Amino acid sequence: MFPAREHREYPHRYRLEAGKCKKCGKIFFPHRLICSECGHREFEKVLLPDTGKLLTFSVIRVAPSQFVDQAPYAIGIAELTNGVRLMAQVADCDVDSLKVGMDVRIEFRRIQTDGHAGVLSYGYKFVPKWY
Amino acid sequence: MVGIVGYGAHIPRHRIKVEEIAKVWGADAPSYKKGLLLTQKSVPPPDTDTITLSVEAAKNALRRAGNVAPADIGAIYIGSESHPYAVKPSGTVVAEALGATPEIHCADFEFACKAGSEAMFVCLGLVKSGYIKYGLAIGADTSQGAPGDALEYSASAGAAAFIMGSENLIAEAVETYSFMTDTPDFWRREYQFYPQHGGRFTGEPAYFKHVTGCANGIMKKVGMKPADFNYVIFHQPNGKFPLRVGQMLGFKKEQIEPGWLTPRLGNTYSGSSPIGLTSTLDIAKPGDMILMVSYGSGAGSDGFVWKVTDRINDVRDKAVRTTKLLDENQFYVDYGTYAKFRHKIRKND
Repeated sequence: MFPAREHREYPHRYRLEAGKCKKCGKIFFPHRLICSECGHREFEKVLLPDTGKLLTFSVIRVAPSQFVDQAPYAIGIAELTNGVRLMAQVADCDVDSLKVGMDVRIEFRRIQTDGHAGVLSYGYKFVPKWY
Repeated sequence: MVGIVGYGAHIPRHRIKVEEIAKVWGADAPSYKKGLLLTQKSVPPPDTDTITLSVEAAKNALRRAGNVAPADIGAIYIGSESHPYAVKPSGTVVAEALGATPEIHCADFEFACKAGSEAMFVCLGLVKSGYIKYGLAIGADTSQGAPGDALEYSASAGAAAFIMGSENLIAEAVETYSFMTDTPDFWRREYQFYPQHGGRFTGEPAYFKHVTGCANGIMKKVGMKPADFNYVIFHQPNGKFPLRVGQMLGFKKEQIEPGWLTPRLGNTYSGSSPIGLTSTLDIAKPGDMILMVSYGSGAGSDGFVWKVTDRINDVRDKAVRTTKLLDENQFYVDYGTYAKFRHKIRKND
């Protein structure tokens, strides 16, 4: 992993910062420079809510090397309470009990590690919402 | 007047029972349960470490702090003996995740199990001096015990975070006190994966001497006796020590119980007495007096006398309560899963 790339992604990976078009109001996550709806170039920073519903998911049983310790695990798309959809791993769950439509919460987790000596990557994951 | 403006905890959902560990090592589980007075411990999954626990605990503290903007936090100190990096602060990641950068002072603290209360102590001092408006103090650990060692039955994971300030307090810091000597009861040398300890030497000359020294010292300083406190929280390396030291000092079990979590949680090291304080604040009433005494091997204790304010009733349910995190929705894992999660199995790169 390249530390500079990790660093550039902090605003959305660490803090769920999104860009809201100042003209049409569409929210982009991650933020972008030009609105794909209206072509406007000015955005305001908004923070995404930390809860939503699971729209779909896929269970990974044969994992890439950096995720082997977590297999089987699920990758899902959730719609947050403000309508924004994003994809993340679903942690802290029995993958066989996941259901479309279930409530999820976003938590800060370690995403991957670059071997035994490289930089650690952090970001957001979904967990079942139980409180 | 300075004290706690917001508090929060975070505990992983995974647990392992004493029986599961004892089975692997041919040990007698009832003896360990009776000797350590604990039944299970929390286990961090592979994506959970001191940094992630700290972020979630700090978010809960911010929820209870009301209108404290992360940018107004002038210092962040994380006490832990399991910082994920050997060189690179945990606090920078946590501050960045909360949106508290760049105008913030940051340092990672270490002092075995009292690194978290050190962070609390320093934040209170900086707020009291007027150097910062708010300080974020965190005690967090994903502690490790060597396979088969007595510590393996207790070393667990969790975090507690406190936002210290001078307005809108939940609990006023009435007094602080520290008691410290050079006592080599528990250590981990550089490049060593697991800590070592002095066996029975960790008891009388270490834990009991420093905890009683600190508790007696702070009570003398404020002119109070055990009966004047509603609650007391001691560091909890196992379930037995805090009960025994409480009895030695003249506290009743009812004063200890709300913050006595080790029998169901294990020893969260730097998070131990701080998490106990969160669960005590969860049930405290305005006007209650709370004594907290941490302990860190090496060795020393930090003492705090807290006076709970009226604001506790407005904020306690703005974030999840500690006992809910502790007692609900647990995942029990077997020893193999635990060994995988805690990187106890040697693999090829």
